[in-house]
Amino acid sequence: MIVGLSGRLIAAVLPDLQLLARTARDLAPIVMVVTFFQLVVLRQPFPNLVDMLVGLVIVLFGLALFVRGLNMALFPIGEALAGAFARKGNVALLLLFAFGLGFGTTVAEPALIAVTEEAARIMAIEGVIVDEESVRRHYAVVLRYTVAGSVGTAILIGVLRILRGWSLPAIIISGYVTVVALTAFAPKWIVGIAYDSGGVTTSTVTVPLVTALGVGLAMATPGRNPMVDGFGLIAFASISPMIFLLIFGMVV
Amino acid sequence: MEWLEACLESLQTTVFDVMPVVIILVVFQTIILRQPIPNLRRTLVGFVCVILGLALFLVGLERALFPLGRIMAQQLTAPSFVGLDEAPLQWWDYYWVYIFAAAIGFSTTIAEPSLLAVAMKANEASDGAVSAWGLRVAVAIGVAVSIAVGVFRIVTGTPLYMYMIVGYIIVIVQTAFFAPKMIIPLAYDSGGVTTSTVTVPLVAALGLGLATTVPGRSPLLDGFGLIALASLFPMITVMGYAQISAWRAGRGQAAE
Repeated sequence: MIVGLSGRLIAAVLPDLQLLARTARDLAPIVMVVTFFQLVVLRQPFPNLVDMLVGLVIVLFGLALFVRGLNMALFPIGEALAGAFARKGNVALLLLFAFGLGFGTTVAEPALIAVTEEAARIMAIEGVIVDEESVRRHYAVVLRYTVAGSVGTAILIGVLRILRGWSLPAIIISGYVTVVALTAFAPKWIVGIAYDSGGVTTSTVTVPLVTALGVGLAMATPGRNPMVDGFGLIAFASISPMIFLLIFGMVV
Repeated sequence: MEWLEACLESLQTTVFDVMPVVIILVVFQTIILRQPIPNLRRTLVGFVCVILGLALFLVGLERALFPLGRIMAQQLTAPSFVGLDEAPLQWWDYYWVYIFAAAIGFSTTIAEPSLLAVAMKANEASDGAVSAWGLRVAVAIGVAVSIAVGVFRIVTGTPLYMYMIVGYIIVIVQTAFFAPKMIIPLAYDSGGVTTSTVTVPLVAALGLGLATTVPGRSPLLDGFGLIALASLFPMITVMGYAQISAWRAGRGQAAE
């Protein structure tokens, strides 16, 4: 059944030569960089050349399928939800959804799990917590849930901003000022982790959904512009974990 | 056979990752909003495309590109490649590392699926005024610069916060005085989407490799920071790209 299904899916993408050509163009720079450094700079032959070529073909089809799916599912769902919420006019429900989306997609994010485990390890080495497996795991989980909570809160505030038409630069820049001010007081070991955490909380499935939701809400709300008001949710989601983690480092 | 197993394993992980999103969407759409899912069949096929596409994309990268990229990062940062006999090493002895950092930052960003999605949406929301390809190239240049600067920071051992603060000041000045108002939210967003599936694994390997081999650096304290810079610099380049586009459009009008 899986073979039949994947056959049908490949058949859905294969005739779209334009899509495949665009995807090949997206991947060409990586292939060129790796080839140049391997052959010219390091002067080594490719190990497992066949494996690499098979892998590249798989990457090509994977990316093309993903783009297909964006247009068929993720974008339309984000827009449909934005439209439904706007018609219903229930702000509390929308904010609940915004929080749930931010929290739910972050809490299971593999990159975040890796970062929190690393953070717990550093805390143990720095002597902030007792270096025991159970203690480290406990702190890693606490850290993960609170970062997820901060992303949920960020999306919630971001959605409220679209509805109310608040200016984005003012909020984001005061966020940065907060980050800089907290850096001065936070212990040194948390700073690197905190700064990097902003980049790991926004996953590949969340970004298209959240973007479609934001743009959809801005289009459905009278007086809002899709460019000026629709974007900005991702920026909120990247800044709040930084602030939170810096505070976490000071409190622990 | 080996490939098939890896694909199935990757598929399982992707399904687990996507599950929370699907649950939230279904609960809100059908139970709370009581709206039928529009074009149910098409949406389902689309979701299967997204999950299968991501799984294949990741398994291909993980098996074909990441191992080679990691070995490369190690080899380029190894003292024997940089030049062991000319100790003590100066920061410019690492020039291949800077070039590699910029090249890998640029090329992985062009292939980043979430950036692709935001660029498509930005093109649509701006009625074609923002070119999807132009936006992606602008972001990729930002990531290239930031990874090269981040690597320089690890080599020289200068504190991360100094670079971040300078970057923030540039962002604030651009926001307040120069950038077209329409582009600012998109520029802020592009900082957060640059670093996910493709960029992080390779860049993290580069940072850790360097922090391990450069004398006097600790992988724990100095290996971080590349991702942070990579989320900051694209804001500057995207606003710069909009400034240049606006300036060129203005000049074109003046010439007519």
